[in-house]
Amino acid sequence: MTDKKYIVGIFNDEDVVMDAVQKIRSKGIKIHEVFCPYPVHGLDHALGYERPRMGIPAFLFGITGTCLAFLLTFWTLGVDWPMNIGGKNFFPFPTNIPIVFELTVLLAAFGMSFTFFFMEGLGPSVKPIIFDIRSTDDKFAMAIDLNKNTVSDSEITAFLSEIGAEEVNVKEV
Amino acid sequence: MAHKHETPSLDESFDFSPELRKKLIISAIIGIAMVALGAFLIQNHWSIGVWDSGHGAEHAGGAEHGGGDHHGTTLFSRIVANVWMNSVYFLGISVVGVFFLSYNYVAKAGWYTSFKRVPEAFPSFIIVPAIIMLALFLYPDTRHIIFHWTHHGIMEVGSENYDKIIAGKSWYLNFPFFLVRMIAYFAIWYYLWTQIRKYSLLEDETNDLAYYYKSRNFAKMFLIFFAVTSSTAAWDFSMSIDTHWFSTMFGWYHLASWHVAGLAAMMLAILLLKDKGYLKAVTFSSIHDLGKLMFGFSVFWTYVWFSQFLLIFYANLPEETIYFRERFTGHGGRYFAPFIINLLLNFVFPFLILMARDSKRNRMFLKLACGSILIGHWFDFYQIQMPGIAKDQGGIGIIEWGTTLTFASLFIYFVANQLSKANLIAKNHPFIEESLHHDI
Repeated sequence: MTDKKYIVGIFNDEDVVMDAVQKIRSKGIKIHEVFCPYPVHGLDHALGYERPRMGIPAFLFGITGTCLAFLLTFWTLGVDWPMNIGGKNFFPFPTNIPIVFELTVLLAAFGMSFTFFFMEGLGPSVKPIIFDIRSTDDKFAMAIDLNKNTVSDSEITAFLSEIGAEEVNVKEV
Repeated sequence: MAHKHETPSLDESFDFSPELRKKLIISAIIGIAMVALGAFLIQNHWSIGVWDSGHGAEHAGGAEHGGGDHHGTTLFSRIVANVWMNSVYFLGISVVGVFFLSYNYVAKAGWYTSFKRVPEAFPSFIIVPAIIMLALFLYPDTRHIIFHWTHHGIMEVGSENYDKIIAGKSWYLNFPFFLVRMIAYFAIWYYLWTQIRKYSLLEDETNDLAYYYKSRNFAKMFLIFFAVTSSTAAWDFSMSIDTHWFSTMFGWYHLASWHVAGLAAMMLAILLLKDKGYLKAVTFSSIHDLGKLMFGFSVFWTYVWFSQFLLIFYANLPEETIYFRERFTGHGGRYFAPFIINLLLNFVFPFLILMARDSKRNRMFLKLACGSILIGHWFDFYQIQMPGIAKDQGGIGIIEWGTTLTFASLFIYFVANQLSKANLIAKNHPFIEESLHHDI
């Protein structure tokens, strides 16, 4: 294993962890991630996350689906095997809309899911780092990557306890 | 951050100033004057409206009794069609106020509580379209203009007007039953609203949770009643105009149109009140959520509209396609433009403008979308009802603008009047805290 070293502060309360995030960030310490048992409103703002840009892949995958669906219906019903349905012309626009809609939604949904898995590094064989198993139950775990911070180890530990962490652990992976 | 901010005062009362009252009454009168002016101009072959009907004068001169004549439309038909259409449209916006409250009560939703008083004020307007529609139905001349099925002898075997298809619908479309239905819709919708409103106002004074449960019971009753009557009202008020034609999607389509127009009216009312400095406690998170509903239901309307269109287009049965044929090329093609504008204003424009998150939190974009949806659904009801009532007399000109102005002014008057009667924020509603701290 690499010598990645994290300091994990364990908090007991939503409000305390929110304050802690602000105090840590104002000290110039970078937070790797905060793990919570439930979604905390405003925590993403406090952590300074950028707005997700999922709309861009959604649009690109969606428009691909639209084009594919039009090609499919145009080729099958209009060119390769034209069929006379109800006396209409071979490529009537409204009849394609359900297929176009479905393929747009399908590709957008799959595309977004796979983009998300890819960007977050999730996959069938990937083992996520669990900083503290209690963060799935009743504790809030704040992980700080020591390699990305210039502040010293002991200083962070001391500061974490000062701002309300119940315990401070070191996690090496 | 949800747990940090200060909440503004919840005691606000809307000041419905005498100037505003006067302005609204004057604009209602101007609307009526515009109808008269438009009618006068058309009588004299002058037309300054958009695609106005130019040949009204040949038929002008009051209403003919349409007994033997199925196609004798006059300028009067056009005015009657306008009044009926606007009544149905504004009736829908009003009743959606109590519909919105009811489903939120039943869902135990809290996000909307801070602006709850706005939809709560809408249904006070129900009485105006109710009276107008009852009058139009009870007066024989106007009844015959609007409803083809009320023509004399149309359901009597052997009569020269006998129509077998319409006679087959006589169990549902007959004068007494129709009248009973109409009165039942208006009376019960209005009554259930008065109850919900009453308990909401009592809640303000006493902070008693019992009123919340009572409101919920009335909300449940309303939803059950409206589940059926929203469809039957759609058949009665709109679908029975084209008596031969029917569509099983029509009830949904009509309700979707009413609903999204009502949501847009709510949004516009909230934004205008916020612009004037009221409703400070309404956060942009709540407005964002209402914007999502507006976006979602404008897409839902499109979905229902298209489902109805596609099935008829695909099956290609003459008795069904006649409905769209009439709107595409019928009566000199005068209803094709409203038909297209309907789709652009109700789907394309709101879809593009409301898609982004930021635009659902931006007053200007929201107002644009509200305007587009409100005007768009006006066109929706226009193209539902006009081809069947006004036929070759239809147009969009001063008459239409005038009727709509009158209805809109009266609607604003009633809503503002109702808003001024109570605290603008339901301050003791059990979910008010949730709404004030709503954060998305």
